[in-house]
Amino acid sequence: MVSITQIPILVNSADEKFSSIKELRDLFNNSHLLMNLVQRDLTVRYKRSVIGFFWTMLNPLLLMIILTIVFSTIFRFAGIEHFETYFLSEYLVFGFFSQTTTTAMGSMGWNASLMKRVRVPKSIFAISTTISGLVNLALAYIPLFAIMIVRGAPVCSTVLILPLSFLIIAMFTLGVSLLLSALAVYFDDVQQMWQVGTIGLMYLTPIIYPISIIPERWLWLIRINPLTQLFKLARDPVYNCALPSAHVFTASLVVSVVTLGVGWVVFNRLARGFYLHI
Amino acid sequence: MGEPAVEFRDVSLQYRLLSERGIVSFKEWVIRRLTSKMTYQELIALSHVSVSVEKGRALGVIGHNGAGKSTFLRLAAGILVPTEGVAIMRGRLAPVIELGLGFEAELTGRENIFFNGALLGRSKAEMATRVDEIVEFAELADFIDQPIRTYSTGMVARLAFAVATTVDAQVLLLDEVLSVGDESFRRKCNERLESFRQAGVTILLVSHDLGAVQSICDEAVWLEHGLIRGHGPASEIVALYRTSVGDEAVVGGAVAPVSVVPT
Repeated sequence: MVSITQIPILVNSADEKFSSIKELRDLFNNSHLLMNLVQRDLTVRYKRSVIGFFWTMLNPLLLMIILTIVFSTIFRFAGIEHFETYFLSEYLVFGFFSQTTTTAMGSMGWNASLMKRVRVPKSIFAISTTISGLVNLALAYIPLFAIMIVRGAPVCSTVLILPLSFLIIAMFTLGVSLLLSALAVYFDDVQQMWQVGTIGLMYLTPIIYPISIIPERWLWLIRINPLTQLFKLARDPVYNCALPSAHVFTASLVVSVVTLGVGWVVFNRLARGFYLHI
Repeated sequence: MGEPAVEFRDVSLQYRLLSERGIVSFKEWVIRRLTSKMTYQELIALSHVSVSVEKGRALGVIGHNGAGKSTFLRLAAGILVPTEGVAIMRGRLAPVIELGLGFEAELTGRENIFFNGALLGRSKAEMATRVDEIVEFAELADFIDQPIRTYSTGMVARLAFAVATTVDAQVLLLDEVLSVGDESFRRKCNERLESFRQAGVTILLVSHDLGAVQSICDEAVWLEHGLIRGHGPASEIVALYRTSVGDEAVVGGAVAPVSVVPT
């Protein structure tokens, strides 16, 4: 076995131009750090709770119960059975999307000291935020399934496709997170604008209402919103007991890959100037 | 002697800054962009710096605030990348820059040791073999499984220094860190530095503490406005720098009491 001291570790700035490819290689070399960042997020979130794991389930469960009461008794849309399942099956992934993008923006500020102190690939914070968010998302399905069973909604085997859905949604989310976190380093108001933006997006996506209530002339607005197709990946297998159609699947995949690619390139372009702004 | 451990070849680092410093708002940026009223200003942090340090030597970097000292060290650490020229470091680096940052208050001392190790690019296995040594050096055996938020500032500083320096490294990068902790811990830090020197580790030290630079370093670089003003034996450069600081104080016309006597 080679001892650590025998491995020459070099910093040679000649082969570093902050290119997208170099960042990828750097990330790969730092996969150990990535695991540690995710672990840190999750430990801080789940470890210190009194009753442990089940306690952390209580919060989303209570939230879902409130939303269930509100949307199945007060705001009712005719013709939708198990409205809480209809709503929650997309609301959970929307929560993942909005929380991850917001946290990723904030993480550039919180981790500014790290970026100034040690050599870390700067995209690692957006990536670790997305991974932690995915873990939280998966855990949120435990109370969701519990509610579905209690309310008598069928839990079908099509939910087994969910990991693939999550993966595609996560790629899109990461792309947006990278874009926004790079901008947030340069401009103070991006975070506040995004707060409004997420609220707008939520109502532009048929999450809490059926698409049928939208007047014909505004329908295009819902259709061009990429989240509309993307979130079907999560609703279809849970609520409709059906696999997403090939059309939904392809459209989502293309949008996600393109968003991630654009986010990645823009992030690495802007990353060079971060040092002055953080 | 072989290839130098630290080699800066004609290294420059400059930034392009919006001249209107106030633009931190995206809305404003968009408006300016549309009305095309954007002017940029070049900020030169370091300009055509060439320095090389042989293996096992210690180089001090001195100069006023904003002269480019920290930039120099961060280029060496690979945190920054030069806009021109090449910075090459041969050997495993141990950056000891801004101690105590990157600690997570909610995690225990032990968890923080591993987390910080990961930040510094060290594997879990390596940290596992070093953890006892780190705890012992930091004198935190009784507290290591408590969350960091229960620690005093001094305890955090000791832990940070211990993590950063308990490592097999060939190049040690130090940024103003010799002023941490109380008197006895400072002595311990200096002993550790000395042992690194004995082991043939190359050291880059950025400091305002001219005495420390003189006693620790073989040679020194004096930076001013991003340029090298002088490079040579530590005692000579420190003396030159002291003279200049004294002169400036006099030229400045202030009543500044110049107590620094040129040696």
